[in-house]
Amino acid sequence: MSQNNSRQDIPLLSINNLTIDIPTAAGTLHAVRGISFDLKRGETLCIVGESGSGKSLTSLALMGLLGKNITPRADRMEFDEVELTTASARTMRNLRGARMSMIFQEPMTSLNPAYTIGDQLMEALTLHGSTNRKKARARAIELLEKVGITAAESRLSQYPHQLSGGLRQRVMIAMALMCEPELIIADEPTTALDVTIQAQILRLLAELQREMNMAMILITHDLGVVARVADKVAVMYAGELVETGPVDEIFAAPSHPYTRGLLRCIPLPGKTKRGSVLGTIPGIVPSLVGEVKGCTFRTRCEHASPACRGTIPLHTSPTGTHTFRCIHHPDDLETDAVQSTGANA
Amino acid sequence: MSQSDTPVLELRNVTKTYSVKQGLFGKSKPLTAINDVSIKLARGEVLGLVGESGCGKSTLAKILLGLEAPTSGEVLVDGQTLGGQDRLALARRIQPIFQDPYSSLNPRKNIYDIIALPLRVHGIGDEASRQKSVREILDIVGLPARVMNNYPSQMSGGQRQRVAIARALIMKPEIVICDEPTSALDVSVQSQILNLLNELRQEFGLTYLFISHNLAVIEHLATRVAVMYLGRIVEEASVGGLFDAARHPYTDALLKSVLTPEPELGIPDTHLGMSYPNPIAPPEGCHFHPRCPAASDLCKSKRPTPLFDPNGRIECHLHSP
Repeated sequence: MSQNNSRQDIPLLSINNLTIDIPTAAGTLHAVRGISFDLKRGETLCIVGESGSGKSLTSLALMGLLGKNITPRADRMEFDEVELTTASARTMRNLRGARMSMIFQEPMTSLNPAYTIGDQLMEALTLHGSTNRKKARARAIELLEKVGITAAESRLSQYPHQLSGGLRQRVMIAMALMCEPELIIADEPTTALDVTIQAQILRLLAELQREMNMAMILITHDLGVVARVADKVAVMYAGELVETGPVDEIFAAPSHPYTRGLLRCIPLPGKTKRGSVLGTIPGIVPSLVGEVKGCTFRTRCEHASPACRGTIPLHTSPTGTHTFRCIHHPDDLETDAVQSTGANA
Repeated sequence: MSQSDTPVLELRNVTKTYSVKQGLFGKSKPLTAINDVSIKLARGEVLGLVGESGCGKSTLAKILLGLEAPTSGEVLVDGQTLGGQDRLALARRIQPIFQDPYSSLNPRKNIYDIIALPLRVHGIGDEASRQKSVREILDIVGLPARVMNNYPSQMSGGQRQRVAIARALIMKPEIVICDEPTSALDVSVQSQILNLLNELRQEFGLTYLFISHNLAVIEHLATRVAVMYLGRIVEEASVGGLFDAARHPYTDALLKSVLTPEPELGIPDTHLGMSYPNPIAPPEGCHFHPRCPAASDLCKSKRPTPLFDPNGRIECHLHSP
């Protein structure tokens, strides 16, 4: 028991200063710039950000699935004390699917159209050794039923094109869980699904996670999902974590102007006046090709000042758990936020 | 005067049945995508249409656009049946905005050609006047005139959706069918597009049919909401009536499954069960009864008759006439 407890306290995943540069014809694209976070067993981290923020690249780097010409650099990128940046291809192969697995966003393109659902589900188990086909089959049926697929046995012989989008997504989730991984990375797992199914899939993931004491990284742009699912939140903008912290602190006291802006963009049932003008974040994400200096959000920020071109300090809350990167103190922004909501109303 | 009382768009008992083959040599079976649907859109209102995938929302949109003919029933525009009007005349009055601005714009055409195409098809104006119209509409949707020579691949998702909106509005339609117009967009861009759609409606007196699975968006934009389940409209009410006092257990479940950014609430349990029924073999009685927490024996055997009252419409045995 005590051994279990001490294992629980050590982060399963520990990342320090992860950087991903991509060589392009126009110059180096600084897609991910020095991000750091820890994740314990049983914990859920939600990475929030918009397209191009580097959140999917981060997860691909963890899985060792970046292309050949892209090498992630990090002071530390450890999974259960295995350094991933220097791990051999063989070590990565043994980890992937067995101890860490991924649920992709698009079930249409991530399933192989030429193989049956059964073959694809069982592959993970038979490939990683220990099990024969019969046991793998039983496990596949068990998981399909767990993710709410009726007539699971008959589905095994079907091909992806014979299933609806929602069913395919559930197959993807079942597939990721086949080997009872310790870490699961879900990249927008419910974006393509109906709200009713979404709630149920998220509940299911949370349940399975508790059962298996899995750590989970959930990548999403849906703040509703984040609020309901996360233990910890990391807000990503232009390749950088601009704000991180426990979920209740992030939503109760969002501190970075980008996080605040995002929360103003979504209509809140019961709070936002129906038909009123929603908050927006004008402008677009800047190019990350070439030298990137200062705060990248300054081009879209209502509080931007010349100082934003310089070095940006990292603020840490008194509790030490909530951090954000901005030249402004949150109290200065507070008054501005009140004024701007006043102007809207 | 009577002009304004006539719904700008009306569906009367519309049914659409497809014939679906069961396997390569299997028999064809009928699939009822739309089952006896009647709706009215008054000028200037926004009817939100919600329901799970496969409930018939998109088929309904296709029928309204004249892309599919109903198996039975009538579609009326300004009181005239759709069958009697030709496609071109109809396209002047009803225009679509689709979900995915990446696949709904031709990648080989520049933005000017894309937006001016409806004008060309309808033979409106000469090249110079089309140029002027395109410039005007670009300004209205908030794009600079210089993007005219760009190609869709050079634009962001939000910009593309603005192009799609410009293309839909250049014919000055009365009705716009918005099929999930913001669900492919980033949060910060989504609010810009929603604000734009709202502004345009007020400025041009447009009528929207707004299809979305995002109930927070529907609540924000719609004036009236219709909830669809397996091809039928099971509840219809004003936006306030529906979101503040839902009557159908299905509507209730839909509302419960909305994830608002409130961390203390956790993930809701909808009690719906996962499986949406097979539309080829819909359940007996009330189609919703296998997933309904309040189902009784009556619900299993008898289909409820719709109740029409000042609040709207409800089709459920709990609210039988």
